[in-house]
Amino acid sequence: MLEKVFDKVKVLDLGWGLANPLSLKTLADYGATVISVESIERPSLLRVNQPYKDFEPGIDRSGYYAYLFSNVHSITLDLKKASDLEIVKRLAAWADIVGDSHRPGVIESWGLDYEELRKINPSVIMIRSSNQGLTGPRASYRGYGNHLNGLAGFVNLTGWPDREPVCFMMAYTDYFVPHFAVAALVGALEYRQRTGKGQLLDMSQLEVGLELLAPWLLNYSVNGVEEKAKGNRCDHAAPHGVYRCAGEDRWCAISVFSDAEWEAFCVAIEKPAWSQQQKFATLKGRKENEDELDRLVEEWTCNRDAYDVMHLLQKAGVAAGVVQNARDLYCDPHLTERIAFWTAEHPVLGNFSFLAQPSRLSKTPAQLYRPAPCLGEHNEYVRRELLGMP
Amino acid sequence: MNKHKDRVQGSLASLGPFLSGKKRRRDATMQNRTHTQTMLNGYRVLDLTDDKGALCGRILADLGADVIKIEKPEGDNSRNIGPFFQNIPDPAKSLFWFAYNLNKRGITLDIETKDGQELFVRLVRKADFVIESFTPGYMERLGLGYSALSKINPRIVMTSITPFGQTGPYKDCKVSDIVVMAMGGFMYITGNPEDPPLRISVPQAFLLASAHGAAATMIAHYYREISGIGQYVDVSAQQCVLWELANAIPLWELNRIILKREGSYLSGRWTGTRQRLLWPCKDGYVIFYVMGGIAGAQTNRRIFEWMEEDGMAPDYLRNFDWEALDMAEQTEGMQQLIEEPIANFFLTRTKEELYIEGQKRGIIIAPVSAMKDILADPQLAARDFWVEIEHNELRATIRYPGAFVKASETPCVVKHRAPLIGEHNLEIYEGLLGLSRDTICILKQAGVI
Repeated sequence: MLEKVFDKVKVLDLGWGLANPLSLKTLADYGATVISVESIERPSLLRVNQPYKDFEPGIDRSGYYAYLFSNVHSITLDLKKASDLEIVKRLAAWADIVGDSHRPGVIESWGLDYEELRKINPSVIMIRSSNQGLTGPRASYRGYGNHLNGLAGFVNLTGWPDREPVCFMMAYTDYFVPHFAVAALVGALEYRQRTGKGQLLDMSQLEVGLELLAPWLLNYSVNGVEEKAKGNRCDHAAPHGVYRCAGEDRWCAISVFSDAEWEAFCVAIEKPAWSQQQKFATLKGRKENEDELDRLVEEWTCNRDAYDVMHLLQKAGVAAGVVQNARDLYCDPHLTERIAFWTAEHPVLGNFSFLAQPSRLSKTPAQLYRPAPCLGEHNEYVRRELLGMP
Repeated sequence: MNKHKDRVQGSLASLGPFLSGKKRRRDATMQNRTHTQTMLNGYRVLDLTDDKGALCGRILADLGADVIKIEKPEGDNSRNIGPFFQNIPDPAKSLFWFAYNLNKRGITLDIETKDGQELFVRLVRKADFVIESFTPGYMERLGLGYSALSKINPRIVMTSITPFGQTGPYKDCKVSDIVVMAMGGFMYITGNPEDPPLRISVPQAFLLASAHGAAATMIAHYYREISGIGQYVDVSAQQCVLWELANAIPLWELNRIILKREGSYLSGRWTGTRQRLLWPCKDGYVIFYVMGGIAGAQTNRRIFEWMEEDGMAPDYLRNFDWEALDMAEQTEGMQQLIEEPIANFFLTRTKEELYIEGQKRGIIIAPVSAMKDILADPQLAARDFWVEIEHNELRATIRYPGAFVKASETPCVVKHRAPLIGEHNLEIYEGLLGLSRDTICILKQAGVI
């Protein structure tokens, strides 16, 4: 058995939304005990999302929840009930880290905010992660990750020139805010190890989101230039885009930056006459004739298999990759070798693939310790074993 | 502090004659860090990354680490990434470089030379972290892979950020942002169904990977502090993009449904319907979606009350039983009957009006913000999110996005601008490694630093 980094670390997740529970789940992947509080009326939002096993809705049948939340424990509590609130407080006293992602004000009404928790657990580390942070005039604004995609500027930078922007299928920020949160949480944990001092981490998901757009925020703040959506094009590369390949909705991404890469590209496609025209020989020429270039490249790709295009160009040293869909990714030999998914038995879903961590630590890798929990699966365990209640 | 590092004095064999008997100076940076408490007080990072890993070092710097960016003598290639200060293309004016190397010190060093490798090894003895983003195998070929570095400093945490990771059939594939966004699955589910798959117009894949790299590095750091043992962290950008795919993978595994791009609609969440996300308004676009169940009912009732005030609520929705609206049973036709009047109503308001008034009424409508809107946001200003950083070399002060978290006990600090090429060579080579000024001059002329 490999060693667990967070073997003795105890985490209470007061829940809600996706970003913060996913941060705390990451700690569970490295061995922390994470107790996630849900209620029958308000289970994790993901539990009522598709896909369901056999298309049949059911609180423990959602593959969306299970996919993301392996390794955590689930307890159901009704915080409007004094006896259940008492249990949460006992868990807060037990925990090293308490996480919350309700809108500011909600846990205050339960008496579970940082000042209150400190009375029962003086060195507690608390992370409060919300749409716009704990302070400021808009602290209490409601919102989900799908809204932040717009508010943080990502949607405005996605789409085709002079057409309406395109929203994302996923709550984009929800999945990368955890990287930042984990960095801060682990730092706080190590600091506490050293000094005995806990702290409050106030995380605005909007602010975190903006870190991924910093250069283009600077372009406005310094130069007054508003970055615009430009489809799949890139100012300093051509061809640069996705090109239709053989089959239904199959595409390959290709990007050619330097003239040397262009020459390699031409050799790989066996130098058809059009590719040898002088106007395509330089980046400037390719940019000036980009519409025509894109059409010609697509004429070459459109009857070829997307993977053949990728491998042929890769062999020549040209950056190319298939626009992979879920089935491709699920069967991707590279992702299989990387163990991008942990496969194990889930009590309701059967043999199932849980999302694994996107990196590998050589001595203490993240591991699957248990499948994602059914709602309230650990009620007994938490009461009896963790809290020693009768 | 419980940190007692091995400070082994090394010999620069090939530089022998240049290394005068000068005594090692006390590490100045260790001294001035005792007063302000940060999470990574007194920890040193050697940052060899280009644009693929720069944000990782920036995050560690914000947490208080002394991050030393190591560039080749002519400067890192990512200095040529735009946009540029005043639109002047110049390696000292890249805003991309500025943003992700903020708060770091910078030295030049050619690790492909023998002397450069010796110097790097000496730095590794005095460091806690190494982060790099070269192609897999490059550091090993120079004799600077993890197995070599861990022999020099067993406590070292070394992090590599690469397109596909260090193992597997695609590890040596050549990529750009669009290729990783494609291979990781983001693009297939983004865009209009009748158009090609779409990426975000600015590079994202390696920013996702760098952010994750910081998290994984901190986890290895924690383990090092409790066990005394460093380790190697191997980050795959493709897998970081894969993390963004919501329910696409389980939809395939459980239901054999391939999630497809649907333009600005959310699909694959609730049976039968898709939810419209993007709505034009008077001066742009907003994001809003109609939800069912108890959660959605309240919002839906409120928005129709609001529309009623303007006489814009249709009769057929006046006594609608919102609680009974179950997205699992919802038909496309019914969804349209609800969405159409909302669309007409939104056209009569600005995005700011819909956002602010919506929040007052408990309805979540978010603006599709441009950079201009974000820089004027009162919430960000009230939280002091922006930091003004002096650029003496440009005679300018630049407003940057600040730290990513507010930590009550160990606040993040954004202290100074990104380094100029080799700006801290003297500080590091003289102050930290104790090289003589003569030696440093020779190393410079020999193209080593």
